[in-house]
Amino acid sequence: MVTTMETPFGSDQATTPLGVTVRPRPQRLKETNSPPPESVIAADRLTIRYGTFIAVHDVSLEIPSRQVTAIIGPSGCGKSTLLRAMNRMNDFVPSASVDGKLLYRGLDIYGPECDPVELRLRIGMVFQKPNPFPKSIYKNVAWGAAINGYRGNMDELVERSLRQAALWNEVKDKLQQSAYALSGGQQQRLCIARAIALEPEVLLMDEPCSALDPIATSRIEDLIDELKSRYTVVLVTHNMQQAARVSDWTAFMYLGELIEYDDTNVIFTRPNEQRTQDYITGRFG
Amino acid sequence: MFLPRLQRRRKVGRMFHAACALTSLIGLAFLVVLITRVAWEGLPWLSLKFLTNFPSVLNPPNAGVKSAMWGTMWLIGITAMVSVPVGVAAAIYLEEYAPNNRLTRFIHVNIANLAGVPSIVYGILGLAVFVRWLRFDRSVLSGALTLSLLIMPVIIIATREALLAVPQSFRHAAYALGATRWQTIRAHVLPAALPGIMTGVILAVSRAIGEAAPLLMIGALTYVTFVPEGPRDAFTALPLQIYDWCDRPQQVFHHLAAAGILVLLGILLPMNAVAVAIRAWHQRRKAW
Repeated sequence: MVTTMETPFGSDQATTPLGVTVRPRPQRLKETNSPPPESVIAADRLTIRYGTFIAVHDVSLEIPSRQVTAIIGPSGCGKSTLLRAMNRMNDFVPSASVDGKLLYRGLDIYGPECDPVELRLRIGMVFQKPNPFPKSIYKNVAWGAAINGYRGNMDELVERSLRQAALWNEVKDKLQQSAYALSGGQQQRLCIARAIALEPEVLLMDEPCSALDPIATSRIEDLIDELKSRYTVVLVTHNMQQAARVSDWTAFMYLGELIEYDDTNVIFTRPNEQRTQDYITGRFG
Repeated sequence: MFLPRLQRRRKVGRMFHAACALTSLIGLAFLVVLITRVAWEGLPWLSLKFLTNFPSVLNPPNAGVKSAMWGTMWLIGITAMVSVPVGVAAAIYLEEYAPNNRLTRFIHVNIANLAGVPSIVYGILGLAVFVRWLRFDRSVLSGALTLSLLIMPVIIIATREALLAVPQSFRHAAYALGATRWQTIRAHVLPAALPGIMTGVILAVSRAIGEAAPLLMIGALTYVTFVPEGPRDAFTALPLQIYDWCDRPQQVFHHLAAAGILVLLGILLPMNAVAVAIRAWHQRRKAW
């Protein structure tokens, strides 16, 4: 039985009536349950279209500061589109158009006063497939800082970022080697290091483990758990177990609509919506 | 129910294999015959003297390709200086900046068409625009600008292919770090595309080196006993010199032409080899 296992949270794992393993709430969250956590990103009746196809329909939600928010749902439900809207990565899809409001600390992300280059400095992103630059490990981490006029000690920044990404011990002796010499899981942690080197406030993760094996996945999940002490994490995942394991809040999307958004414990133990329950119990999706 | 007919399928496979091997052998055989014949006729005439002497009608044994070699070097220098920056920049614009609309697609199609236009047509254009209208006369400059027009579509297409081959994920990674478009292109897209661009540029320039028709069309000289000293000077080039020698009835000039062809090949083959080597090196080194 798992009940004797020590976890970082000092208690055991639990299996819900729905058969999904849920990590117990960390104590910290319970303390912050009231008042509700400060929101960093807020969508207000957000609709995103690709041409005439509606990918995200009338979604309103708030992303709480320094917590992990997971967006789950079946393929094509609009979860990645919603995530990519948050740092304007949808700009590279020529047919994409946006209605409604998406706010980052009050700044209208799609408003005329928002500079996407500056926005992406504050809201970093980790992609589905590890995509390091075909350069050295060091340069992968340093480049973002260099082009954004970093004035501090670059070596220290690289080390600090790699340490935060739990990669330093594995690469400290081969910083000048190509990033492509690393394994897939290491490459993904390098991409996380590269993103947090800019000290963003928000880290968007678009299915960061879907190209990784279970061991690499578990390392990234542990890392996400550590990152939330400094960063607000928004995680899109196909993997419901992963959402249950690492997130504090879970949004369930289906066919472009936000069906339910609540405390992860609530979503996985006693969801309000029948569709949520059907999805997390594997009846569809 | 299956009717595999394996015997028959294997036979068809073997026949196709043989047909492909045969056709490539035919191509190779022609090349070998051609080069052997040229080498047979030209090698005895090839010497240092041949490279350092001017052509001579009165004293063919002492004739050389000095003026033609210098002319070709001037031509290629200016052609590369004009066509490479303009061609690469145009490709970068079309691939990285231009919106993907009807106009851009129209331009793409037309550039592809331009790459297939016969070189003599560029010669007519060069004659009208550079020689007559801009009054550059039958100078190195006119020749080089004409050749630049000729190879620019090839450079644009090659550069575009190289840019297309750079994974989109590099661009997204850079943008997600707060990079501007130019920072992304400069730091990640161009370095990743550079080997492909270089291969295309070298092949395009080597095509320009071998061209005779457009230069004849703009009225470049074939018999020149001086070396051009500036872009406005008259000139000849290796293909023109070879053409001139071939055109003369005496046997001795045909040997000179063969020797000239060997010089031309001596420039072209190493250039193409470099292009192939860059491509091979890049394929081996490419990580993504």
